[in-house]
Formats: sequence, structure tokens, C-alpha cells
Amino acid sequence: MHKEFLMGNEAIALGALSAGVNLVAGYPGTPSTEVLETIARQNPGTVYVEWSVNEKAGLEVAAGAAYSGARAMVTMKQVGLNVASDPLMSLEYIGVKGGLVVMVADDPGPISSQTEQDTRTFAGFSKLPLFDPSSVQEAYEMIQEAFEYSEQYHTPVFFRSTTRVCHGYASIDVKDQEEYYINTPEGFIKDSSKWVIFPRLSRINHAKIEERNALLSDVFSEYKRNFIRRETEGAPHRGIAAHGISYAYAMDNLNKDNHVRLLKVSTPFPFPEKLAVEFLDGLDEVLCLEELDPVIERALTYICGKYGLKTRILGKLTGHVASAGENSMESVGAAIAAFLGMEQESQEILDMPPLPVRPPVLCAGCPHRASFYAVKQAMLGRKTIFCGDIGCYTLGNAMPLDMVDTCLCMGAGINIAQGVKHIEPDTACFAFVGDSTFFASGITGVVNAVYNQADMTLIVLDNSTTAMTGHQPHPGTGHTMMGEIVEKISIEKILHAIGLTVVETVNPLNLDEAVACVRNIADQPGVKAIIFKSPCIALTKPSGKSTVDNEKCIGCQKCIRQLGCPALIMNDGKAAIDQSQCTGCSLCEQVCPVGAISGGNKNE
Amino acid sequence: MVQFLEVTRMNKNIILCGVGGQGTVLASKLMAAAAMEKNIPVMTAETIGMAQRGGSVFSHLRMGEGIHSPLIAKGTADLIIGFEPGETVRMLPFLKKGGSVVVSSRPIMPVSASIGDAVYQAEEMIAYLKQKVMNLTVVDSEKAMKELGSSKVLNVVLLGAAVRSGELGLTLEDIQAAIQNRVPEKFQELNIRALTYTE
Repeated sequence: MHKEFLMGNEAIALGALSAGVNLVAGYPGTPSTEVLETIARQNPGTVYVEWSVNEKAGLEVAAGAAYSGARAMVTMKQVGLNVASDPLMSLEYIGVKGGLVVMVADDPGPISSQTEQDTRTFAGFSKLPLFDPSSVQEAYEMIQEAFEYSEQYHTPVFFRSTTRVCHGYASIDVKDQEEYYINTPEGFIKDSSKWVIFPRLSRINHAKIEERNALLSDVFSEYKRNFIRRETEGAPHRGIAAHGISYAYAMDNLNKDNHVRLLKVSTPFPFPEKLAVEFLDGLDEVLCLEELDPVIERALTYICGKYGLKTRILGKLTGHVASAGENSMESVGAAIAAFLGMEQESQEILDMPPLPVRPPVLCAGCPHRASFYAVKQAMLGRKTIFCGDIGCYTLGNAMPLDMVDTCLCMGAGINIAQGVKHIEPDTACFAFVGDSTFFASGITGVVNAVYNQADMTLIVLDNSTTAMTGHQPHPGTGHTMMGEIVEKISIEKILHAIGLTVVETVNPLNLDEAVACVRNIADQPGVKAIIFKSPCIALTKPSGKSTVDNEKCIGCQKCIRQLGCPALIMNDGKAAIDQSQCTGCSLCEQVCPVGAISGGNKNE
Repeated sequence: MVQFLEVTRMNKNIILCGVGGQGTVLASKLMAAAAMEKNIPVMTAETIGMAQRGGSVFSHLRMGEGIHSPLIAKGTADLIIGFEPGETVRMLPFLKKGGSVVVSSRPIMPVSASIGDAVYQAEEMIAYLKQKVMNLTVVDSEKAMKELGSSKVLNVVLLGAAVRSGELGLTLEDIQAAIQNRVPEKFQELNIRALTYTE
């Protein structure tokens, strides 16, 4: 054992390595991404690691490995689980040989996601056991136990954590390499009665799953990470049930106060029913402190009904805890104070001056800004819809660009554009998709468009990386997480192969050329595509920096008002460029009506 | 009982705040490394992901025994290290009564202010902080960056000021050791000059 200062996701990765994981697959998504990256970075050479094309592919790869006796893990964010749900629902009926952990990071808030869905609810739906850690140290230990339970009960298991555990850091105890478990896979043993899903097999296995989960409820009642912290003698008959980071908030708020009984739930499914009955014994009221869905609250309410207990269960369903959003030290503190009838001092400051608003924006020099601006200029005055997608380029919705009319989920924009056109034939329909999103779930949308004779313009924003989640490689980048240099998969060739005849590749930083290209092809019939190709500025060195000639600048603010670049500011009535941010993309130079800006490097 | 008091005395809640890209994360890593060297348990939490792109960012850092949550509750921070005046005011509800603030004087204009949706005067922010915070250190960061010849070490200059405020619970030597262990050799001399920089 030794101490390391680790991010929760790094701890999960090291825990998996120490549990002898043989294969890890996944798709990037905040707050899950660092798990797989850490595995790849720390790979002793014995682990196969890949960024899969999407979560469905990742889970299927991991399933194949687990069928062969490997310990496998697949990582994703909560909305990625929706993509992986098709194989997952069936996989539970088939089961696994080697341990298979489905690591899902939930995002209460949400801070960087479309939904506040709760993987604990998904566990009940899909019937997979779920592990839910409260701290970085616990995450490290629990992931190892998750592999053991998975293997022992031949089922994939969820390991679910949330942003504050995934992205929290702590100094924790970790194993030395010599203490690592080594798993040697037996290999795939043919048995079609076991590995081929048919209705008859599903019926038989369904019964077995229900039986096993009833057993696991008992087993989990004894599991050391589900426990009761007893109150002091003579305390009022009140209890608190908590999980995940909310348990940590509760512990810090209660401090050394022992006047309430506490139940920590680390396996919300199958719910540790016997332990819960013991917890509820003699209590008048219980407050459930949960993020996302009221999973514990519902389970306790059900148990009270089943056992005829009089305990009142309070939480989200009764309005005692906020039904949406992330919990905090303050919100948990306030809920506990109200529950225990204690006063709580407000920490709000009333005379605060108005503060600058800082929404996330496209970086200075981001080629997406140029792409959006070119399409906007080319289509000025026309009836249009701009369907966006998931990635940095969702930020194109902000003023002054205002170029994202819809955003739903990975790859959706391409199909939404088609649907709008079928109902509104006089609208010019555009779909914007990034390169990584194109590979993850954009291709089927294009096939759908071509086959069904849609009329739309596809704009692929190709910055040659998965930028939003921190620059992961993908099929178009030509390198893998195993460090291999491989043939790049060409988006242009894919589009041609699907049947598009018009596919133009343009550098968006050359504004005139980009605008002309959009004008030329937008009115052609059928499905046509423009690939705006220019690398993410975070991956390239600035080729020069633009500066404003104060003599020439007329202070019209066109550059600032049209582009919204964070490097452009007004200074004494003239435009000025923050040299620490400028990348010399030269877009502002091309927009300036009097040629007052120069120094950048267009087309390089 | 005595031991309990000892432990409580050692506990520190520190907030670092600024705008994405200013180096708050490295500063919190250096402090955490310094704490670990002294066998003090440490936890941090910070903004990662979409909000980093030019948005407000923070790091919470907690040192000491018996801590469960990496996040600091409002009204309990011993020290705020502010990389930007407006962001420092934003975090003020976290400061405990009598807590200290170290703040960089240089504002970073939000895009919203640039396109005319909002007005933002950094001087107002500093004046407000002076009015609210007893133990306030304002670092003239323009001057510091000019004298040090680099705009990349604002974080370490602020760390040095934080050590001198006496609220960090760590010494210059502790931070210096962390720099020597974690910063690439060619930048060490600059970082150590930044750490010991005073106006």
C-alpha cells in the first residue's frame, strides 16, 4: 500500500487495474472520460484499451471479452448508457463468465449533459446490480469488489458514480503493483445453449435473474458498504438515508452530532431490504438525501408498506429535498436542519454588485466560429433551420453567432433536419455535426437521408479530434489508445460511398471561399455535404497573432458584434485583441470593413 | 479532547477561483502535493468540462482529518485565492467571518461585456472586496507579470502571496518542494522567482 493523490476517475482506473482488468473500452463523455485515459496511460502492456466508435460498440467489445473469461470494463457517461442500452438489456439475460463492470458517470446538475437521468433507476430496469461510491477512496476499493460480484454471480454490474466523486481528488491508499490480482482468461468456450439468445432461454434466465436479485438483496444487507450508523441513547426517533456524495455532505453537516440514525446505501439495486428494515425499526421519520431520482425513498416507502411500518419517509417525493438539480453542502445542510427543527444561518450576501456573466464560449480562433459565420453569411435573409449536435460546436448557439436552432442527442441533428424539411419544404435545412459525432452516430442519419430522398445540407465540422471531452482520438485521427498509427477513415469517402455526389472540403478560415461554397451547393437538390476542415486550436501552435491598427480602426465594432471572439475587446473606442488568447485565425481581419486588422495567418 | 482541538486547528478550507485557462488547477495541485508531503489528508474538487471554455472556474481544497466532502460549504472558507476580481466577489459567500482573500487586480473581460450586454468594472470589484474583507491582499498582477517577464506564472505569484497571508497552513519551502517535484525543470527557476515575488 502507498498513498497517491488521485482524481476519482483515476482511482477507479487504478482500482480496475489492481483487480486484473484485461480489456477496457468506452466512449468519451464528461464526467467519465479520465477513467479510460488513465488505464491507457498506466497500461502495463497487458490490458487492451480502446476508444470505441460509440458506447454500444464499447459494451459489445467488452461483452465478447467477458464471454471469453476476461475481466472487462466499459466506460461512458449517463447519456452514453442510452446508446449502449440495446446490448445491455439483452446481455443481462445472457450473463458473463469473466467479471464485466459497466462504469457509468452520472451528471447531477446537469453540468455538462442533456439529461439528469439516474443510472440507479436504469439498474432496476435492466436488473443489473449497481455499486454507488461516496468518495475517491471508496470508489477505488468498490470497483475491485464490483468485479468480484460480477464474476461470482455471472452478471454484468453497474459501477455508477457522479461528478463530485469522478472529478474530486483525494489522497488515498492504493495497492502496490505486486498486490494486483492477475486474471488469466480461459478463452471462449462454445455453447450455443448459453450464448445465443432465444425467447425460451430468455424466459428461463429471467426467472433465474429474479431469483438471484432476491438473493443479492440479502447478500447486500451484509455488504460492508451498506451500513447503519447508530444514534446516541435517548435521541429522537429520526433517521437519515443517504448515498454517493450526498452521504459525504450529510456526514460533514452532521459533524460529530450523533442524534440521528444514518443508513448508507451503496447498492440501491438490489436494495438491501433486511438492513433497511433494521434501520427503520423504531424510527418515526426518515429523511432521504439523494441526487437525481428518489430511488432510496421509493424503496423505503415500499418496505414500510410491505412490513406494515409506521415510519414516515421524506425526501424528493414529499417536497423535503429538491426534485431536480445537484445537491450541495448547503442544500443538504438546509434539509437536515429543517428535518431536525434546527435554525440555519443564511450565507447569502445581499449587497453583491452585479457580476459579469461568463457562459462557456467557443475559444478564440476556434474554426467552428468561422464555419458558422460562413453559413450564416451565405444564407442571410433565407428561410433556414440550423440543426446542431453534441460537442464544442453546440456553443455556436450563443449570441452573436446564434447558429444552433436545435440540439437533442448525439447524431440527432441530421435526422431532425430531414423531418423539418418534410413538413416545411420551403426551408433550407442544415445539419451541423462534428467529426467524432459523425463516426459515433451520424453515419446512419446520412444513409437515412440519401435512401429517403431528403433535401438537406450536411456540414461536417472536422477539427480532427474529440475536442469537448479533452481531445480523444477517433476513427478519423489515425491513432489508437494502444499507441498504434492506423489508416485514417475518411469522412469524405464515407459520404461518397453512401451516395452523395456533392461533397466539398473547405478551410472555413478562408471566409470568402467558405461563403461561396455554401452559396453554391445549398440550393442543389438532394443531400449534399461540406466538410469544414481545420484543426482544433488547442492542438496546434498559433501561426501568428492579429493586431489592430489604431489609425485605421473606425470603432464600428463589427468584428466584436459579429464574431463574439473572446480575444476581441473594445479599448478606448477602438477594437483591441488580447494577444494571450489570439491564435491568428484572421477571421476578424476578413470581417473588418476597413482592413484595420492584420498579422494573422489565413489558410495555414 | 486536546487532540481533537489540534486536528480542528489544522483543518483548512481554501477556494481558488478565476476564469478557465488561468492555472487554478495547477495551483491547487501544488498545494495538495505540499500537504501530502506533510502527511496532511487533502481533498479537492474543481470545474472540469464544458464550463472550462472561458467560463468561471473554481477549485475547492480541503486539508485536515475527518473530512468527507471535497466541497466547501458557504461561510466556511479560511482563504480565497482569486485569479480575477469579479470571480473573487462571486465566491465571497464561501468566505468565513474573518477569512482572508488574496486577489489578482487584473480583470478578464467576458464576451458578454465585449458585445455590450453587460458592463463590468474591475475597480468596483476591488473596492467592494476592500469594504468586505478585513484580511485582503491585492496583487498588482500586471506589474508582477511585467517584472517576472511571463504571464504564465500568475498562479504561483498568488500562491506566494497566499503563503505570506499566513492562512494557507503551508510554508514557502513546502510549496517550493512541490514545484521542484511537479514542474518541468526548465520552468522551475521562473516559478520559484514567482513564488517569492513581492512588490
